[in-house]
Amino acid sequence: MSIRDRMSGNEAIATAMRQINPDVFAMFPITPSTEIPQYFAKYVADGKVDTEFICVESEHSSMSACIGAEAAGCRAITATSSAGLSFMNETLFVAASARLPIVLAVACRALTGPININHDYSDSMAERDSGFIQIYAENNQEAYDNYLQAHRIAETADVRLPVMICEDGFITSHALENIELESDEDVKAFVGEYNPENYLLKEENPLAVGPYGVSGYYMEARVAQAEAMKNAKRAILDVAADFEKTFGRKYGFFEEYKMEDAELAIVIMGSSAGTAKAAVDELREAGQKVGLIKVRVFRPFPGEELAKALSHVKAVAVMDKSEGFSANGGPLFAETASACINLSERPKMIDIVYGLGGRDFTVAHTKRVFKHLEKIVATGEVGETYIHLGQRDDREEVL
Amino acid sequence: MNIMEIRWHGRGGQGAKTASLLLADAAFMAGKFVQSFPEYGPERSGAPITAYNRISDERCSIHSNIYEPDYVVVVDETLLESVDVTAGLKKDGAIVINSAKSGEELRPLLNGYQGKVYTIDAGTLSRKHLGNYFPNTPMLAAIVAISECVEPDAFMKDMEEAYSHKFADKPQVVKGNLGCLEETMQSVKAQM
Amino acid sequence: MNKRASEINEQSTWQELTTGCEIYEAGTSKLTLTGEWRSKVPVWDAEKCRHCMLCTPFCPDSSIPVTDGKRGDFDYDHCKGCGICYKVCPFGAIEWKEVH
Repeated sequence: MSIRDRMSGNEAIATAMRQINPDVFAMFPITPSTEIPQYFAKYVADGKVDTEFICVESEHSSMSACIGAEAAGCRAITATSSAGLSFMNETLFVAASARLPIVLAVACRALTGPININHDYSDSMAERDSGFIQIYAENNQEAYDNYLQAHRIAETADVRLPVMICEDGFITSHALENIELESDEDVKAFVGEYNPENYLLKEENPLAVGPYGVSGYYMEARVAQAEAMKNAKRAILDVAADFEKTFGRKYGFFEEYKMEDAELAIVIMGSSAGTAKAAVDELREAGQKVGLIKVRVFRPFPGEELAKALSHVKAVAVMDKSEGFSANGGPLFAETASACINLSERPKMIDIVYGLGGRDFTVAHTKRVFKHLEKIVATGEVGETYIHLGQRDDREEVL
Repeated sequence: MNIMEIRWHGRGGQGAKTASLLLADAAFMAGKFVQSFPEYGPERSGAPITAYNRISDERCSIHSNIYEPDYVVVVDETLLESVDVTAGLKKDGAIVINSAKSGEELRPLLNGYQGKVYTIDAGTLSRKHLGNYFPNTPMLAAIVAISECVEPDAFMKDMEEAYSHKFADKPQVVKGNLGCLEETMQSVKAQM
Repeated sequence: MNKRASEINEQSTWQELTTGCEIYEAGTSKLTLTGEWRSKVPVWDAEKCRHCMLCTPFCPDSSIPVTDGKRGDFDYDHCKGCGICYKVCPFGAIEWKEVH
């Protein structure tokens, strides 16, 4: 039986961590993720977990400590945001290539500059090629549910990759909302114990991790890691299926919202998807065939599945909440467009960069996007494919 | 879906965010779906801050700020001169202001707002019942009484339970808080 | 069953590598015969050697074996011929010769 409660996204993630009771939590604080170790420190002080709680001197060190602990045979976790995630950059690649199933909670926040503490995905998107699995949440419930699934996905034998559980900074991390929690026993039973075959502290079996790989080995090692990321697709669906069977809430690579007969669609992530759903509802009531796809799993990217889901649509706006500075659109657009490139009938596709550094995204914004898609279909002209939404501008607005 | 939207105006450190959390708690206890979130930024004590509540019977998926609130709560009267507190406020909604003045005295400061204006002397009420300046308690009772986002009697019962649990060893604090809520609600009713 | 390091080489396919290139045993450096890299070679003179044990810790390749407090002859399978032992020997007990 689920437990009706209300809490912020940060408290929801901290609760999941408490229920899982990991071996090591290496912490360094940064807004807006700080509350996660703050809640967890209380669990440690109150004796609710027997986790080794290490206060380190930087995020480079927190991820390094996780790498050491995980290699030693522990379940190791941490949490961060923004510049903290950037400072981890080097060690993220180490964790992934050493195939250490660490779970990292990220309260996504803009990167400098200008200096800003609010939400967008510039931090997590900058690490999209680090080799971490990335799973994004729309709200506190999904952040909690994703976290409960993370360790099992990460620890799957033919995957063994670290996972980022991403929530929207402040919008999800600090907003109090209703949530359905599961009991400690049920969570423990679902997540299970971590019993790695090889680990540094296994006395009878000496182990070396993170070796040098000359050109004669590096390519093979990277192909093996790439294959593990492909395997993660199956593991993510398997764990989601068991999660649904156990707790009743359904997850996949992405959520299709009113897509069955949709002619216009947006592809979007995180809390903005919830806001956009309200706009889809309103437009549907007015008889418009609109829908949306909320991408939950960004790494591995479900390209084939997403292309199939978009194949019947006439026009798509991909919504990027980070600026890729490619002069050609953001990262979600690049992935979505490349996923659709070999469809025999492709939808027209544009990229809309929005919501940077906490710029609010509303139902009205969503309606403007659909209106623009309508125009594209009516005229057959795609026009500009790389558009910003929500900024003050002295040029005529595209949308 | 019917969503009640409430906007709080206060100053950093005065507890407007906490008040919005308390309201969410009260609505949660009454079986509602709730959202409580401040408009985030660097914390600056004394600077104007905004907090929000959404209260509904089903889960609300909208996660933007609130631009057309049903109700506005102003925890600090001095904000009326610097902040457009009635911006977007629905005409059939209401605003409640922490002030010893009457609603009609304050109306000229409300940018031509035509709807209902309530005032609650939260300072006097909280000093009388709680012995100190705790404006959150009366402002919470006021917005419940005005908006009826929670059925007022059920609200009083839930709060009694919550306070009795929280202050189990301080019955006078429980009594003070409940007295403060009760008198605030009467004051609102007198203005209706 | 974990794969031994000796079973992996530059002909191995990616499927034949261990996960994360982990190595499941100790002392795998013994498998690489670095002795063939030498261009000069240290030669031990047992007569002059006082077994002061200065050369052993200086050897970067652990190629000077010690048994019961006495050093033995070089491990020429792994000595790279760096010459440090020759430099530190206070008794002239290590000669430094051309390989050819």
